[in-house]
Amino acid sequence: MLEVFIFATLNGLVTGLLLFMLASGLTLIFSMMGILNFAHASFYMLGAYFAYSISLYFGFWTGLIFAPLIVGVLGALVERYGLRRVHQFGHVAELVFTFGMAFLIEEAVQLFWGPDTKNYQSPDLLDFPLFTLFGQEFPAYRGFMIGISVTIFIGLYYLLTRSRIGIIIQAAITHPHTVANLGHNVPFIFMTVFGVGTALAGIAGVIAGPILTTFPGMAVVLGSIVFVIVVIGGLGSLVGAFLASLLIGLLQSYAIASDVGVQDLLNLLGLEFDRNHPLTDLWTLTLPQIAPILPFLLLVLVLIFRPTGLMGKREQ
Amino acid sequence: MLSTFSQNAPKLRTLLLISVISISSAARAQEAVRIAFLDPLSGAFASVGTSGLKQLQFAADYLFNSRGGILDGRMIEIVPLDNQNSPTQTQIQFRRAVSEGIRIIFQGNGSAVANALNSTISRHNRRNPGQEMLQINYSAVDPILTEDNCSFWHFRFDAHEVMKLNILTDYIASNPDIKSVYIIGQDYSFGQILSDTSIALLKEKRPDIEIVGNELHPIGQVKDFTPYVTKIVSSGADAVITGNWGADMVSLARSIIDNGLDVPVFTFYAAYDGITATLGADGKNMIRLVHNETSNPIPTEQRKEFIRAFKAANPNNDVTQPRITNALSMIVAAMEETRSTDPYDIALALEDMRFTTLSGEEIWMRGEDHQIFQSLHISVHTDEGIEFDADNSGFGLFSEYHVPTEETIVPTSCRMSRPSR
Repeated sequence: MLEVFIFATLNGLVTGLLLFMLASGLTLIFSMMGILNFAHASFYMLGAYFAYSISLYFGFWTGLIFAPLIVGVLGALVERYGLRRVHQFGHVAELVFTFGMAFLIEEAVQLFWGPDTKNYQSPDLLDFPLFTLFGQEFPAYRGFMIGISVTIFIGLYYLLTRSRIGIIIQAAITHPHTVANLGHNVPFIFMTVFGVGTALAGIAGVIAGPILTTFPGMAVVLGSIVFVIVVIGGLGSLVGAFLASLLIGLLQSYAIASDVGVQDLLNLLGLEFDRNHPLTDLWTLTLPQIAPILPFLLLVLVLIFRPTGLMGKREQ
Repeated sequence: MLSTFSQNAPKLRTLLLISVISISSAARAQEAVRIAFLDPLSGAFASVGTSGLKQLQFAADYLFNSRGGILDGRMIEIVPLDNQNSPTQTQIQFRRAVSEGIRIIFQGNGSAVANALNSTISRHNRRNPGQEMLQINYSAVDPILTEDNCSFWHFRFDAHEVMKLNILTDYIASNPDIKSVYIIGQDYSFGQILSDTSIALLKEKRPDIEIVGNELHPIGQVKDFTPYVTKIVSSGADAVITGNWGADMVSLARSIIDNGLDVPVFTFYAAYDGITATLGADGKNMIRLVHNETSNPIPTEQRKEFIRAFKAANPNNDVTQPRITNALSMIVAAMEETRSTDPYDIALALEDMRFTTLSGEEIWMRGEDHQIFQSLHISVHTDEGIEFDADNSGFGLFSEYHVPTEETIVPTSCRMSRPSR
């Protein structure tokens, strides 16, 4: 039991932290520019594909450095020449623009790399078990993922709250005109934030590609869950996104590891149903079976009981 | 042009009209036979769908179009329709196929979609006599399609799930080292039947085998299978049975490799389309598949030539489903036999047809339930004895266990209602 718990926690941490890397960029962009970037997970996918292509020639580590840079520059260009023009038509136009971008990127990826799964491998350097516990191996690569994510969280947190750039960014969120009047180039700040946000998604793609597999559907699979995290954490809150990511990662992981279902609940209540009952699918539902949809359930609960999210400050 | 003529010379117009009509009727005789390919061409399962599409297109071109077509010179045209593996999208694309005058639909990925298409086609054909559609199922293995929900308009060219599990459980039962089994599958009819049937068959063949896990997960939703694999490892299972396909199989394979799980894994679809490359050396002698048509060695020169020609045309793909070629060849045989492209005629001709494939094997389409029967094989993922590898990885499938056609035949509960004409 203990081993299951420990590994479920570790797995939950890995998933949660990975989700955070995506959610951090999304929430950063939202809090700055008020744009819900639907194409965010697509930049994550681009990160994985660029890193895959680079890794074929120069190895994984080169990909880790350059793929996010390329994605970040692409993101900045999208902001500069796409979003900024659309901005004057309001938020709906921006939303539709990013929505279209997501489709465009998926099609482009299929066009250039093809529809099949790419054999993007983790580096040989990290191809060993970090430790073995109760006969189970914990891959070093997953430890590396945890390390990178935590580093990014700490770095980002300090950058935003302690550095001069962070102060300007924070000010630009709430008082863009004042910041502009003080001589700062607000559009440039926006472009940089968008670039950095997408680059973060790119990093997530680079390090998730080898373990979550690199294929054209990877953005769709992760896209919806990232929005769930940002909403649960509170739109625009970095700490909220961090907590929500961990919460969802752990929630899913524990749910899969558990072995309870509706059946156990009914047994506890002393109820029993026939196997031919019309609702038999409901009675035999187990927690692991519904684990991947639990985040959405949580989203509904949060929206009902705490519409601002865990750490959200909006609409108060 | 025509209108200028018509003002001046009404007779000429009549003449022209007649010639236009005769040209168009001549054109109709040479009109292509259009076949729709209705499978996911985008989204999480796009790789499986597009790979199937390439194989169907290639088979049509290589076997028929390049040799002067069928029915005295008509070409086969494959029309790709993307259903994104969703039953809703399938309905929309089905309507499109109907409105474009297509009468034959190839579909294989996902029994949920196949079941939806089956009932749509039954309803459509009942309401539109003379405009019937034909469902050519090359891969959806839910037994219900040739049992309780069997239809005159549906033909399956792959062994169904229970047939395959019969072979797999025989194989597992014959291995005394396996004392416990973990079952994991996608949560829809296919995965549910996988777990129920495996449990029932193992109980019958080897009552001492313990089922230490029985897991269903939502299809195409799981990002990372590590938590599941962790559970499999801690259950101490000696073997794993899974029916996962497409992205769900790649991710599961990746997690199994990454987490050092080292027990035999019995699968339906763990090869090709990126899966073999993912498994690589780590999966050697560990992953097994049950399927029809051997992968290595290939029995005939004819089939070898076909594969080589396919690889020359599609260097990044493989012939993953020879049954697509078999299905197309049998339909063409039925068309040639009846000199017709009408689904009703084709269906009648397909019933109880015996056909010799490129592998030199005679396969049988049972008329009672429209289920194909041919020898089945269990193959292992390896790099030894591989003439035709998968994903250009050097690794591929080596068929090591063979079951002759007679032993694969199972009874059916199908009571087909046949339309009368």
